[in-house]
Amino acid sequence: MNDDRRVRLTRAIDFSASLRYRSPDLSEQENLTRFGPAARQHGHNYRLEVTVEGIPDPATGMVIDLKDLKRVLESEIMARFDHRDLNRDTPWFEKCPPTPEQFARVIWGLLRGALGDLLHSVRLRQDEDLWVEVGGHEEDKS
Amino acid sequence: MIRVTRRYRFPAAHVLRSDRFSDAENLRLYGKCANPNGHGHDYGLEITLSGPLDPLIGSILPIDRLDLLVRERILDRLSHRLLNDDPWFQDAVPTAENIVLAVQRELADALEGTSTARVRSVRLHETRRNAFECGSET
Repeated sequence: MNDDRRVRLTRAIDFSASLRYRSPDLSEQENLTRFGPAARQHGHNYRLEVTVEGIPDPATGMVIDLKDLKRVLESEIMARFDHRDLNRDTPWFEKCPPTPEQFARVIWGLLRGALGDLLHSVRLRQDEDLWVEVGGHEEDKS
Repeated sequence: MIRVTRRYRFPAAHVLRSDRFSDAENLRLYGKCANPNGHGHDYGLEITLSGPLDPLIGSILPIDRLDLLVRERILDRLSHRLLNDDPWFQDAVPTAENIVLAVQRELADALEGTSTARVRSVRLHETRRNAFECGSET
């Protein structure tokens, strides 16, 4: 969608959660061998950067009211994940470990549901040396 | 399209000069970077991969495998070295541009046939002010 009136805005939130890498298709020993220390319960301070894109409303000058974006991030992300255990307190990681790739995909799905086509991309930072990006391409919206 | 990026660091020295040019031309072209005794940087190297997620383990490439690959193929090779001594830079000046291209080639070669992960981009921070990137933009 090449329209030079389009503007992207990014809001970041921080949350902390615990997790362990565990695949139900592997034995306890295989999980430990495959995932090493990540097979034990541990935690991260995640930073999530959410980018929305659109043409600013001519009346308000906004792509999205930041209050609305803040509310969406509070209900879709903070309420579900902050100070929770990703394996025990959420339904998404029973079959597959909460790798940053899987987690970013879950977040993308939740925010697509709430923000629709306004959502441009998400970047989930697990720490300063590792991050995952989803979106930013037309095919992601299909 | 999902991308995972991992950041590494390595300190290394280099001299920017080419035998194709005279001393005066090297100095004009590369300025203080042409100092024949060398200088160095703490390089920050960001490797971005894309590819399908392995359904069992949920990763484009397990991070420990990427770390091992980058350590063996890149960091052990370049860290605490004079880059001009490396075979990669016998016919190419070890500019940051040539470093990102060499790293991209090396990692793409290592992944080919052994993984479904692909090198999407390589970004090198030479100083806090200068970054160089090859591959796809996003």
